[in-house]
Amino acid sequence: MKPATQPSALLQTTWHEYFSRFLIGGVVTAVAGVIAHKYGPVLGGLFLAFPSIFPASATLIEKHEERREKRNKVSAQMQGRRAVEMDAFGAAMGALGLLTFAFLVWRLLPVFPVAGAHWFHGRVVLGFDSCLVSLGILKER
Amino acid sequence: MLGMHHALNSMLTDILLRVIVGGALVSIFAVLGDFLKPKSFAGLFGAAPSVALATLGLTISRQGSAFAAIEARSMIAGSIAFLIYALLVVLLLAYRKLPVLPVTLISLSVWVGAAFGLWVLCLR
Repeated sequence: MKPATQPSALLQTTWHEYFSRFLIGGVVTAVAGVIAHKYGPVLGGLFLAFPSIFPASATLIEKHEERREKRNKVSAQMQGRRAVEMDAFGAAMGALGLLTFAFLVWRLLPVFPVAGAHWFHGRVVLGFDSCLVSLGILKER
Repeated sequence: MLGMHHALNSMLTDILLRVIVGGALVSIFAVLGDFLKPKSFAGLFGAAPSVALATLGLTISRQGSAFAAIEARSMIAGSIAFLIYALLVVLLLAYRKLPVLPVTLISLSVWVGAAFGLWVLCLR
């Protein structure tokens, strides 16, 4: 089967489900940062490959497939599980891509300086900082 | 006192920024996974480096490239643990016919075990 798009799948996902994914991703990223800050980059780096998307997506895929298959009167539960099985196989292949990404970043980052790092810090990080100050979340330094 | 206050403010900014950037990137890759079919292809995005992209960008800007490179080296161990985790989920769903939610959540303990095992064996 050739890769294709299915825009209708986006409408099946509720705002609650989108928000829960956002929250899970945000919390995992923050925890990875706190661990790296407290215990160092060697331990913190492990969490950069934490399966944050997959478990949340898998349950949604199962639910959506079951809903779709109920209309077709096919064994809904089996179809849902089969779809998650396929998704998990894709994630396993994706893990090889993740591994390659990590290897390339590890080897190339010390060789090639990241040109946008200073710009990112000056504009995005400090800009966000002053935004929090103006909202009263942080006190002015 | 002022220095401690400054450090606390900086950490709070960092955490909030990570929650927003990390949440946004994870959501984008999750939506991409929903949008595409077949599921075996869409599943590739389940292992997208969303947390890594969010973390590395902020780490490089705050702590420099050398710190981020060390994190990336540990990420290799995390990726191998992810591969083991995903293959275990495939096996448990295909051959044991177990329910999806408990399988995906309980198998996370295998990710933790594999990642920390590799950390003890190769990285510590």
